[in-house]
Amino acid sequence: MSATQFDLSVVLHGKYAEWLYEGLITTLQLSSISCVLAFFLGLNIAIMRMTSFTPVRWFAQCYLEFFRNTPLIVQLFFWYFGSYQILPKPINDFLNQYNFEFVAAVIALTFYTSAFIAEDIRSGITAIPKEQMEASRSSGFSYLRSMHYIILPQAVRHTIPPLINQFLNLTKNSSMAMVIGVGELTYQARQIESQAFKSFEAFFAATFIYICISFSITILVTWYDKKVLNPLGKGTP
Amino acid sequence: MIEFKGVHKWFKKLHVLNNIDLFVKKGEVVVVCGPSGSGKSTLIRTVNSLEPISEGILSVDGVNVSDSKTNINKLRTEVGFVFQQFNLYPHLNVLDNITLAPRKVKGIAKKEAEKFAMELLAKVGMENKKSSHPSQLSGGQQQRVAIARGLAMQPKIMLFDEPTSALDPEMIGEVLKVMKDLASGDITMMVVTHEMGFAREVADRVIFIDQGIIVEEASPEEFFNHPKSDRAQKFLKQVLTPMQSE
Repeated sequence: MSATQFDLSVVLHGKYAEWLYEGLITTLQLSSISCVLAFFLGLNIAIMRMTSFTPVRWFAQCYLEFFRNTPLIVQLFFWYFGSYQILPKPINDFLNQYNFEFVAAVIALTFYTSAFIAEDIRSGITAIPKEQMEASRSSGFSYLRSMHYIILPQAVRHTIPPLINQFLNLTKNSSMAMVIGVGELTYQARQIESQAFKSFEAFFAATFIYICISFSITILVTWYDKKVLNPLGKGTP
Repeated sequence: MIEFKGVHKWFKKLHVLNNIDLFVKKGEVVVVCGPSGSGKSTLIRTVNSLEPISEGILSVDGVNVSDSKTNINKLRTEVGFVFQQFNLYPHLNVLDNITLAPRKVKGIAKKEAEKFAMELLAKVGMENKKSSHPSQLSGGQQQRVAIARGLAMQPKIMLFDEPTSALDPEMIGEVLKVMKDLASGDITMMVVTHEMGFAREVADRVIFIDQGIIVEEASPEEFFNHPKSDRAQKFLKQVLTPMQSE
């Protein structure tokens, strides 16, 4: 009888609460590291995708098609198991000392998410009138420096809403890292379930935590957009 | 300062500039006019290579613009450009709009760049708007800031591409005044404009261009009082008495 009753206190105290806490920390680390890396990688891919130099453009295009069109879970397995066969043994041994599951998950999430972010940023860039580039080139800025100082700061602003989406997706997608044994939130909830048979409580807690993380991301990015990026905000430097 | 020798420009099959020969002296103010689609904007856009030329030789301040070995970014620091649509950077305030290129391209210290920017803002009558963003300014104010932005690089040449065409009539005067003050200095100016009053008063020389060909090249006095070609006569009739033309 007791196993079927909803009793949240089981996961709020003691070792199960600790497990969930560890899972939360891992999820946060995994998502935030991948998020930053994916953003900057996506930024570069977006610029490569728009250069006039054809080989670079093609490379970026292939990159996008490859990482957008394969399931994340396949990519996780690929980096985790595949790298054992590609990389030489000393490197594998080295990586194994340092939580290789985590590194493989970061790599997979970064590559996967960067492809989507690149497309969002690219559409942000194309939304900037070409006269902005002309004005900046006329002042003596090179193409790349024009991108850096003039185009991207404006394009990123246009890209904020889709970027929020990508960051939310990334956080939720990080749960898939459990398949290669990363001890993130979903993995820990699963552990609790199999040890204590408290599946509803465990996943209820996990769900609640995911929602909190997602809301925090939305609020944080919206705040950053309003206060830091919005040119008409009072606090603009 | 600026020399065109047999310059041609094609957009695909469209022949926009046809065998242009033109020499602009240092310190000279040249007004370029002509009907729309005549190639006048393209002409001044070739000077800082916003439009690369297709054929001929174009040298600016002794540098061959069409030579692939020319460092075009360096040349552009000496040529200011003012656009019809102002094209200020909307994410930066007025002061940053002006100081960005001096700081990042020329490497001038922030303090020094801002000091010079304030002098320029005073010159264009905008010193009390240094913290505003472009979207908070009127068209005339934006254009005056854009002129200050161009001057901040201390260029030898200033190019103006229809600087008053996007402005409401009551704001045209304030921009023309700034340009007039500028013209009295020793900077070389090429101005594409329909403001014939400005041309008459300020220009050292007027170039009339039609269908990519320089049709007439004369002092303002001569051009406005005794235009030689039929096309210039017809054009002047239309721009000087717009109400009576059909």
